[in-house]
Amino acid sequence: MTEASPGVRERPLSPHLQVWRWHVTMLGSILHRACLVGLYVGALILAGWAVALASGEQAYLAYAGLLGSLPGKLVLLGLTFALFFTIASNVRHMLWDTGRAFTPKVADMITIASIVFAVVATAVVWLIAGQTGGLS
Amino acid sequence: MVQLALPKNSRIGKGRHYPAPQGASRVKTFRIYRYDPEGTENPRWDTYDVDVGACGPMLLDVLIHIKNTVDPTLTFRRSCREGVCGSCAMNIGGRNTLACTHGWEDAPGAEIQVSPLPSQPVVKDLVPDLTLFYAQYASIEPWLHTETPEPQTEWKQSIEDRSKLDGLYECILCACCSTSCPSYWWNGEKYLGPATLLHAYRWLIDSRDEAAGARLDALEDPFKLYRCHTIMNCAQVCPKGLNPAKAIAEIKKLMVERVV
Repeated sequence: MTEASPGVRERPLSPHLQVWRWHVTMLGSILHRACLVGLYVGALILAGWAVALASGEQAYLAYAGLLGSLPGKLVLLGLTFALFFTIASNVRHMLWDTGRAFTPKVADMITIASIVFAVVATAVVWLIAGQTGGLS
Repeated sequence: MVQLALPKNSRIGKGRHYPAPQGASRVKTFRIYRYDPEGTENPRWDTYDVDVGACGPMLLDVLIHIKNTVDPTLTFRRSCREGVCGSCAMNIGGRNTLACTHGWEDAPGAEIQVSPLPSQPVVKDLVPDLTLFYAQYASIEPWLHTETPEPQTEWKQSIEDRSKLDGLYECILCACCSTSCPSYWWNGEKYLGPATLLHAYRWLIDSRDEAAGARLDALEDPFKLYRCHTIMNCAQVCPKGLNPAKAIAEIKKLMVERVV
């Protein structure tokens, strides 16, 4: 960055996120990041589940109760989405790594497809869970 | 580093409102970023109700109209007015583009918002300081590197090899792409950014250039090249329709190819 000359005050930074009109590929990138962070938390929850299982019936029931509560279910719903979106998004990135699918239209399409896939797959998993009594 | 909010001295306040002249045939409101380096105040948004019936179709026409008839202090860069020089690059309606080739009617919103290229130090109003951007461009040594003795005539290139430069040589270095990139916003001093990397690729695949190895060595760094996360803003905004994201992917492929 250039130094301001003496007597001139420090230059302000022009607005970025404050003015930017979002685009689906930008959303896809942020979502990918957020889902990865979510999956780290998910791994801890899974580890907690294993620890609870090993600690006996009392601990396991308490842990399962926590996950089965409404907030617990919401977290699990989010994790299901994060898992499916990460899978789809990595396929998208693999395509990009080969130098393909870079025209803005195609990039938009595969990003929208990743999001749609994640939503549908999440809905299917939770419907199956509901049908088989996994949600009660 | 990721810094979502603007620093204290950069937060934008409410500015003045300039109503349309009486008898204006068709009025449109423009919300324009203003910063006076000689004053003591923070930047501000001024709003101008412009008689668009009295000026040309491009956003640059509107800016020139404001400067000529409403507010002569409004400052912006412009030169060729035909998308060749890249001087009037700015953020219009939330996307970077050239004011001279962008019709104001194509910008969304009841009020059309105009601000300098994002996340750059502002010299005045719509004029950003692009010193870093130019220094990064210079850092990739954008000229032909050769070891073979110079030929008697020019360096020859087949039509096929020459066509590999299409989609790259057209870049006018307006900085729309680099300043559209969130990776560049957060790591602009370490990540080279889309425009510079597009040029890096332009020299890497030039059949006459003999320094590809050294060029790749210079880019092999956690930040310079690999901060591209295919957010794709660069390709969305390029006013020349180029695709820096693809050029960056091609460099990454060259990196892989030389080690496998």
